[in-house]
Amino acid sequence: MSEAIEPDIDVEALKEQGVDLEVAEKVAPERDIVTKVGEALVQVQNLTIKFGGLTALDNVSFDINRGEILGLIGPNGAGKTTCFNAMTGVYKPTSGKVLLEGQLLNGLPQHRITRRGLARTFQNIRLFGEMTALENVVVGLDARHRTSVGGALLRLPTHVREEKTAIERGMALLEFVGIADHAHFLSRHLPYGYQRRLEIARALATDPKVLCLDEPAAGFNPAEKEELMALIRTIRDDGYTVLLIEHDMKLVMGVTDRIVVLEFGKKIADAVPKIIRDDPKVISAYLGEPEDDLA
Amino acid sequence: MSTTDGPTLIPDDSSAQEIADREAKMRRRKGWFPGLSDKWNALPRQTQWLFLIIVVVIAYLLPILNPPLITTEPGNNWQIALAQMSVYALIAVGLNVVVGYAGLLDLGYVAFFALGSYTSAMFTSPDSPYVHIPYLWTLPLAMAVAMFFGVVLGVPTLRLRGDYLAIVTLGFGEIVRILATIIPAMKGQVGFQNVGHPPGTDSAGQTIFQNSNGTPWYWLTLSIIIVVLLAAGNLERSRVGRAWIAIREDEDAAEIMGVPTFKYKVWAFAIGASVGGLSGALFAGQVGFVNNQKFDIATSILFVAAVVMGGTGNKVGAILGGALVAYIPLRFTAIAEFKYLIFGAALVIIMIFRPGGLLPARQSLLAYGRLAYNKLRGINGDIPASGKVVLQSGKGADK
Repeated sequence: MSEAIEPDIDVEALKEQGVDLEVAEKVAPERDIVTKVGEALVQVQNLTIKFGGLTALDNVSFDINRGEILGLIGPNGAGKTTCFNAMTGVYKPTSGKVLLEGQLLNGLPQHRITRRGLARTFQNIRLFGEMTALENVVVGLDARHRTSVGGALLRLPTHVREEKTAIERGMALLEFVGIADHAHFLSRHLPYGYQRRLEIARALATDPKVLCLDEPAAGFNPAEKEELMALIRTIRDDGYTVLLIEHDMKLVMGVTDRIVVLEFGKKIADAVPKIIRDDPKVISAYLGEPEDDLA
Repeated sequence: MSTTDGPTLIPDDSSAQEIADREAKMRRRKGWFPGLSDKWNALPRQTQWLFLIIVVVIAYLLPILNPPLITTEPGNNWQIALAQMSVYALIAVGLNVVVGYAGLLDLGYVAFFALGSYTSAMFTSPDSPYVHIPYLWTLPLAMAVAMFFGVVLGVPTLRLRGDYLAIVTLGFGEIVRILATIIPAMKGQVGFQNVGHPPGTDSAGQTIFQNSNGTPWYWLTLSIIIVVLLAAGNLERSRVGRAWIAIREDEDAAEIMGVPTFKYKVWAFAIGASVGGLSGALFAGQVGFVNNQKFDIATSILFVAAVVMGGTGNKVGAILGGALVAYIPLRFTAIAEFKYLIFGAALVIIMIFRPGGLLPARQSLLAYGRLAYNKLRGINGDIPASGKVVLQSGKGADK
């Protein structure tokens, strides 16, 4: 892993944030991405999801461009997590497509989608409690390993090499999210904030093209949220593309490059934060319409 | 996560202390042998090997030593008792892969044991009209047959979870037993006599592997157990073991983290089944007689009890549990009639006071975990000024 720093790592920005460049280099995405920076990496096209009679997502389309932090926001129940679940294969879309680098993801098993390069965290933390922090991350790294039963039984060279690099990269990932000194603790014993960070490290371990974070700041106080946003920015500067779900508007404004707003399963806006802030439809979605026709 | 744990993001002395406290509390909760596994893990690799070699040597010497108090004599022949205990231990190791690692409750494990026994019997017993092959060849064959049926059972049923899977496997256990009764070729209650044994005669021209002499069977089974343990250890500290534990902990999250859960569940089933088949073949050889009476559901539950009692997920614990389940009725013949009552009560008591089983050791899932921990020491060594000092004292005991 001693290759030169890839061009899409923003070295200057990382330096500015005081990130250990060596760690950042180890953590940086390893695989080739065909899509150029700024072009659409993920395309969500006319995505519709119905549960029985309820339309949770209605004809939603948006792109995620490589190298950006895209915010997906909306009031509670707007369909943010549903959209996420449809992208990562948990729900089967009623209609519409999800494309990653032009390739269709619909209908693939979830673990395949992860291996294609779409990793996610969970709104309610779902770590493997009986595993240490490091082992949790290595499970993520395993997504790109090839060893199976035969290789492990006979300790074939591939297995040995994978295990060794896994330790290196796993520790680098933990250090990157700031919990390396807790690597050997069982994940269920970690404090809440560390668990959130561990989830991000585990998702990064799968070497995703797009990292999807589902309300990573839930349950945090403002200072902690601020720290987390800094981490997300660092992840982007390290060469990842991030999709961020959040319903805290103020928070999202500060960190995202572009925002998609959902309300009642429909996309109501898609623009840079500055424009979103003044969009009357978004404001009414969050603050409610003035109910003059009821008067 | 309880509410008292609260959100703490910024690492500081108090959070480090808090984690150390929590770990310490967990250690205290382990009960009888506090910190035993911690102490074990803290030993250098060479010392660990030395201890293991001593334990293995003692294990091999057991039939000759015939230790007083522990021995099952005069009620039961000690050597034969050891042979049976070792077979049960092997079963428990195999079932531990399914129940302990992958968290799949298999209540029909006796089916694979039966398949192994019948494979061995039908290819070696003079009562069987089929092709006869040397006994030792039936061991891999029994593994293959059991593995095949493990996959056949696993592929359609492993989409089920928890209780539903348990019910289906329970049914499978019964199916095999009933088939053995109704298929004429399997000879129901009449069964197969004079099942084969490994070749070899001693200096006096006597067959070494006699049904009445447990010692060679015990040594053979013990050697197989050691090989299976090494194999299980290799699997545990690899992608496979991590996948299994991840599935046990949270199957949905595992799938989303890129673990092909279905594939690894079938693997767990297949590997568990093959070890079950192997132990069945050994059992058939040692006893020398196979019929449909030994493979009932109660035996199957006994296998699960062995794993749970020993310590779910811990292969050494499984050996202990398996050996105990076979040992207790043989040692205390007066209460052997009530063995299910006693095991039931013992299980309840163990679950109350020691929910992790007798030897609740956590699996180490990294082949080069020590590498990481050395690295970790490096990290903490670099920043001695912060609150990590507290943490390190807690950590020293942890490794």
